[in-house]
Amino acid sequence: MGMAGSLTHETIQGPPPPPPFEGGWGGGGGGNDGRGSSRRASFTGLWVLLAASTMVFAAFTSAMVVRRGLSDDWASMPKPPILFVNTVVLLLSSAALDMARRALKAGERGRFNTWWTIGSALGLMFLAGQTLAWMQLKDAGVYVSTNPSSSFFYVLTASHAFHLLGGVSALLYVDVQALRLRLGPAKRTAIDISAIFWHFLDGLWLYLMVLFYVWG
Amino acid sequence: MSAPAHASAHHAPSGFWRKYVFSVDHKVIGIQYYFLGLFSVFLGMSLSLLMRFHMVNPEAKVSWFATLWPKAAAGGMMTPELYLSLMTMHGTIMVFFVLTTVPQSGFGNYFLPIQIGAEDMAFPVLNMMSFWTTFLALVVMVAAFFVQGGAPLSGWTAYPPLSGAGPITGPGEGIGQTLWILSIAIFCGASLMGAINFIATTVDLRCKGMKLMRMPLTCWTWLVTAILGLLGFAVLLAAGVLLILDRVAGSSFFLPSGLFISDQIIANHKGGSPLLWQHLFWFFGHPEVYIAILPGMGVTSHLLATFARKPIFGYKAMVYAVLAIGFLGFLVWGHHMFMSGMNPYSAMAFSVLTMCIGVPSAIKTFNWIGTLWGGKIRFTTAMMFSLGFVSLFVSGGLSGIFLGQPALDLYFHDTYFVVGHFHMIMGVAAIFAMFAGTFYWFPKMFGRMMNETLGKIHFYLTFLGVYGIFTPMHYVGLVGNPRRYSDFTNVEYLAGVIPVHKFMTYCAYLTAAAQILFVINLFWSLKKGAKAPVNPWHATSLEWTVPSPPPFDNFAGVHPVVNHGPYEYSVPGVERDFVMQTDPPTAVPAEG
Repeated sequence: MGMAGSLTHETIQGPPPPPPFEGGWGGGGGGNDGRGSSRRASFTGLWVLLAASTMVFAAFTSAMVVRRGLSDDWASMPKPPILFVNTVVLLLSSAALDMARRALKAGERGRFNTWWTIGSALGLMFLAGQTLAWMQLKDAGVYVSTNPSSSFFYVLTASHAFHLLGGVSALLYVDVQALRLRLGPAKRTAIDISAIFWHFLDGLWLYLMVLFYVWG
Repeated sequence: MSAPAHASAHHAPSGFWRKYVFSVDHKVIGIQYYFLGLFSVFLGMSLSLLMRFHMVNPEAKVSWFATLWPKAAAGGMMTPELYLSLMTMHGTIMVFFVLTTVPQSGFGNYFLPIQIGAEDMAFPVLNMMSFWTTFLALVVMVAAFFVQGGAPLSGWTAYPPLSGAGPITGPGEGIGQTLWILSIAIFCGASLMGAINFIATTVDLRCKGMKLMRMPLTCWTWLVTAILGLLGFAVLLAAGVLLILDRVAGSSFFLPSGLFISDQIIANHKGGSPLLWQHLFWFFGHPEVYIAILPGMGVTSHLLATFARKPIFGYKAMVYAVLAIGFLGFLVWGHHMFMSGMNPYSAMAFSVLTMCIGVPSAIKTFNWIGTLWGGKIRFTTAMMFSLGFVSLFVSGGLSGIFLGQPALDLYFHDTYFVVGHFHMIMGVAAIFAMFAGTFYWFPKMFGRMMNETLGKIHFYLTFLGVYGIFTPMHYVGLVGNPRRYSDFTNVEYLAGVIPVHKFMTYCAYLTAAAQILFVINLFWSLKKGAKAPVNPWHATSLEWTVPSPPPFDNFAGVHPVVNHGPYEYSVPGVERDFVMQTDPPTAVPAEG
């Protein structure tokens, strides 16, 4: 990894203000001198990733709206009530992660570890809950091909879960590092990135719930 | 030059695998992409030669066809289905694994970090993953040739129902088509990873003084292309997921009711919309043509200024034109669907927006000519390919004005007119930019010069060859010669164009043969070319300040500081006719 050396210059407060430079805007103010450029780039990468994920779900949504409007075979599908439980679990996990970040800001490593572990566990619980929801649907005879509404339900929940797998992996990685007392400044970027990604998945899930119950 | 780098920052790996195969060095990855593209372009070209051969010799029996395709060319005669599968794979391989891969991922990977003064891409491991994912996508795509039924028939656009209803629609529509979609989905993932890297690198890793408006135009086009790729491939990925579910999970996103295929009623699909696929596909597909051509525009702008020894005419206008093309590129996808049935008002809106793209395109062309005007032009091979790019871009662009109008497109759309149009503006123009980039950057990448004489012969043959192939296609299209047909030798109203087809086929043979010169030049120069100096072209951008080839971390631990714009050629009052971007501010005498 090319950035390994420059990471040691980071602080949790973010990059220091770029040195004053004649007319500079955006980067070009010393991005390559190792001072916070890696953290900045990580955040840029995150926003870009979120933009890509948003586009994927925007494409699914527009397909859903068009498919629903085009034909007369759309039948609303029964939604397993466990989805609401899952929603609460996911929201709680996000809250726990934020508690953890606050604890870290206050310098309380122990409390950080507890909250972050709780957040990660709740994330895993959400995935388990989603699996349960799919199994219930299967038992009720609702498959991908049953109706366009169920097709979209499976596609959207599976795509969300796929994102979530990535998110949970990031949370667990941070958790392992934290429990092994390896939270150097470089890991702070990983903490912030994975937490923001997780909040994004939270918001995305709320959006999907609205989509399912209003349109699905 | 300022403070030295941190000692441990970026040390070169020593093992073979880490150095040449699973390398995280953007330069090695750039070269890997380049050679992946080189393999793909020859594969794609071979397929096109087979098609051109078949078109003028539909009845020919070739023994080795039968060896290659015992079923699809039984007895040595190509079936129409085999022709369609060649067409599909030619388009797919060329668009994805050549036009998308080489200008952006190849040259962009190698030169973006160096040109902006960074020691690598922002996420080197992601960069490596992105290459190997692309490689996997290519393997899966090529595998489609070797599975039961062979390669798919549905074109690079994979329109359903043909692409969605399974093997019943023809050979290649079984596993072959599934592999095709899978490969494209993998490719989408690779492109998204690449886009993240390009954007973060450009935004955050520019060296001191490298303001956005001091970036070479190549970097601008790589940035905008990355944004287009990010937004476009995300949508194609979503569409691919839905299409593959239609095929394997029995859903009906794109498959309508009442399908009757090969004497069978398709009962298990209903209510889907083939048009929905077209909308999703072209929402990606139109930006894709800019993904293919924008980096070429960047290279051309960069080279015209370098070899005309003049500042690029209207640098800011060039930047804004690239941004405008990128933005408008997302609003015009409907012009690919005039024939598919569209509300005339929507068609008019798409048509007007399409015409709007003519404005930034014309700005670019005007500025290229303005750059050349009064310049001391050095006709290197790289420069000639850049001039060829401008020529092809104008020739191909003019026919676009016809196609952008619904009333005319209804006539032209399924004819060779379209084939001529997009090959000129998107295919060959982009490939000319790749040649230009190769001749220009080869000395930096490999430390040796390419042979200019051989290069110029290659240029002239290729230039004449491609015009000989694609200009007549416009006329053949005007006559009403449909595209995608494998055989029209017995069609009465097309009897007159058969000699024209023969001419195009001979030109294709000539062009293909000329490419052997390029390959010889490339590999001969790798071993035997004259040693390249640091700055053979007397160019200004950062890659020409470092050794050829550059050290592992590009700047050998030194952080460059940029004081000048990228196109300071023939500055009045300066002894040399160029000012390097890293020259001290005092290199240019104060004005007034």
